[in-house]
Amino acid sequence: MSIGLIYAVTGALLFSLGLYGLIVHAHLIRKILAFNIMGSGTFLVLVGLAQRGGEVDPVPQALVLTGIVVAVSATAFALILARRLYAANGRCTLPGEGEA
Amino acid sequence: MSTVLSALLAVNWISWVIGLPLTYTIAAFLSGARAGRMLALPALVLSLLAAVGLSARVLAQGPQRHMVGGWGAPLGIELYADGLACLMLLMTAAIGLFTGWYARHYFARQDTGATYFWPLTGFLLGAMNALYLSADVFNLYVTLELLGLAAVGLVALTGGAAALAAALRYLLAALAGSLMYLLGVALLYGAHGTLALAELGARLVPGPLAWTVIALMTLGLALKTALFPLHFWLPPAHGGAATPVSALLSALVIKASFYLLLRLWFEVFAPAVTIPAAQLLGVLGAGAILWGSWLALCQQKVKMIVAYSTVAQIGYLFLLFPLAAYAPGVESAWYGGVYQAVSHAFAKAAMFLAVGSMVLAAGREDIDQLDGISARLPLSLFSFALAGISLMGLPPSGGFIAKWLLLKAALAGGQWWWVVVMILGGLLTAAYLFRVLRHAFLPARRGKRFRALPPALELSAFGLALGSLALGLWASGPLALLRVGAPFAGASP
Repeated sequence: MSIGLIYAVTGALLFSLGLYGLIVHAHLIRKILAFNIMGSGTFLVLVGLAQRGGEVDPVPQALVLTGIVVAVSATAFALILARRLYAANGRCTLPGEGEA
Repeated sequence: MSTVLSALLAVNWISWVIGLPLTYTIAAFLSGARAGRMLALPALVLSLLAAVGLSARVLAQGPQRHMVGGWGAPLGIELYADGLACLMLLMTAAIGLFTGWYARHYFARQDTGATYFWPLTGFLLGAMNALYLSADVFNLYVTLELLGLAAVGLVALTGGAAALAAALRYLLAALAGSLMYLLGVALLYGAHGTLALAELGARLVPGPLAWTVIALMTLGLALKTALFPLHFWLPPAHGGAATPVSALLSALVIKASFYLLLRLWFEVFAPAVTIPAAQLLGVLGAGAILWGSWLALCQQKVKMIVAYSTVAQIGYLFLLFPLAAYAPGVESAWYGGVYQAVSHAFAKAAMFLAVGSMVLAAGREDIDQLDGISARLPLSLFSFALAGISLMGLPPSGGFIAKWLLLKAALAGGQWWWVVVMILGGLLTAAYLFRVLRHAFLPARRGKRFRALPPALELSAFGLALGSLALGLWASGPLALLRVGAPFAGASP
C-alpha cells in the first residue's frame, strides 16, 4: 500500500467518523467539530489519492487551500449562529434534539 | 440597426452575468440598507438584460465558452453556457427582479432584517449565476458553498430563536451535503486526473469507484435539494424566513443543486448509472410527492403549507431520472424535468409572495385567520390561484407542459406506475390549495381589521403568476433555447 493510498484511506475513515458525529451528537459545538473532521478527511483523500503516481501534483494542493478557506468561513458562520442561538434561548442544541 | 444588434451579440455576456450581481453586492454592503434598496432594481434589471443578451448569443451562435482572465483549465477557471444554463440564468434573473421589487416594499414596512437582505441577495444571485456557468466540478463545489452560505444568512435575517435554529439546521445539512460532493470530486480527480465535466464524462468507466462517486455526489446533492426523506431542514428554513427570502429559497436555491445533479447524471455519470439507481431516485421522488403533499394538507400555518408544497414539487423533478433510464422516454423526460424546475420556480415564488401579502394584511399566519382576504386582497388571491394551476399541472400553465412531457416519457417507456404517482400528486395538490382558497373566501369576521398594503406587493406576485402561465402558453421559446447543446443533439421535445 503506497503512502498516498494510506492517506486516502485514513481520510475516508475520518470522513465517516465525522459524518457519524454530525448525525448522532446533539450539542452544536460537537456537530461543528464533526463537520471539520469530515472536511479534513476529504482534504486528505484529495491530496493522498492524487500523489499515487509518485510526483507532486499542484492542482489538489490548490484545491485543498480553497477548501480550507471555505471550511474556515463556514465554521466561523456556524459558530456565530450557535452563539446567537445560545444567547436567544440558552440552549446548545437544535430544537427536537436531546439536551447533550 | 443590424450593426447595433451584432455589436450587442459580440459582448462577452458571461462575465457580466456573474460580475453585475457581485458588484451590486459590494456596493450594497458598503453603502448600507438605503442605498442597497435604491440600487436593487437597476442592478436586477441589468442582470436580467445580461442574461437575455447571453441567451440571444447562445441561440444565435451555439454554446459559449469563456476562460476567466485568459487562463484555461486545469489551473484557470473555464465558464460554459449552453441552453440549459441560459434558461436557468433567465429564471434566476426574472424571479430575482420580481422578488426584489416585492422586497423593496416589504422591508419598507418591517424593520427586522432589512440591513443585510440586499447584499446577501446580490451574493445569492451572483453565486447561483456562477454555478450555472461553471464547467468543472471543483468550481461547482465553490459556487455551491457560496450559494449555501448566502442562503443560510438570508434565513437567519429575522434573528429570532426559531430563525436561528432553522438557519443552523440548514447550514449543517448543506455543509454535510457539500462535503459528500467534495469527497466525490476528490475520488474523481484521484482516478481520472481532471476536473472538467466534459473530460470526466469521457473518462468515467463503470466500476466500484464510479458507483461510490455516484452514490456520494447524488446523496450530497439530494440532501441539498431536500429530496424526501432528507427534507427535514427545508420547511422550517423556507416557511420561517422573511417572505422574499422564502420565495428566493423555494423557487431558486434548491434548483441549483438539482441542476448540478442533472448535469452530472447526463454528462458525467451516464456510462456508469444503472437502472435500479435511477429507479431508486424515482421512488424517493414519488415518496416526496405523496408525503410532502400529505404534510402540506396537515399544516395550520399558510407559509408552512407552501413550504411543504415545495417538498412535494421537488419529487416531480426526480421522476426525470427513472423516466430517462429507458431510451424511448429520455428526451421528453429531460425536457419535462427541466421545465418542471422552471415553472415551479415561477409558480412557487408567486405563491410565497401572495401568501406573504395575505399574512401581512391579516397580521396572523394561521390558515383560519384568512377570512375576508378574497374581498380585501383579490389580486393576491388570484395570483395564488394562478400559481396553483401550474402546481396542479392544469392547462394552460408551465406546470402542465412539464407534467405532460413527464407523462409522455412514462408512457413511451412503459412505466405506467409513475403516471399513477403524478395523478395522485395532482389531486393532493388540489386538496391543499383548495383548503387555503376555502378559508380565504369566507366572509370576514366582525370587527376584523386589515393592514393596508402598497399595490407593488400584490403586483409583483401577480407578475410572477402571469409568468407561470406564460410558460404554458409560449413553451416553444424556452424549449428551443433548451435544445442548444442538450445532451442529445438535434432532439425535439
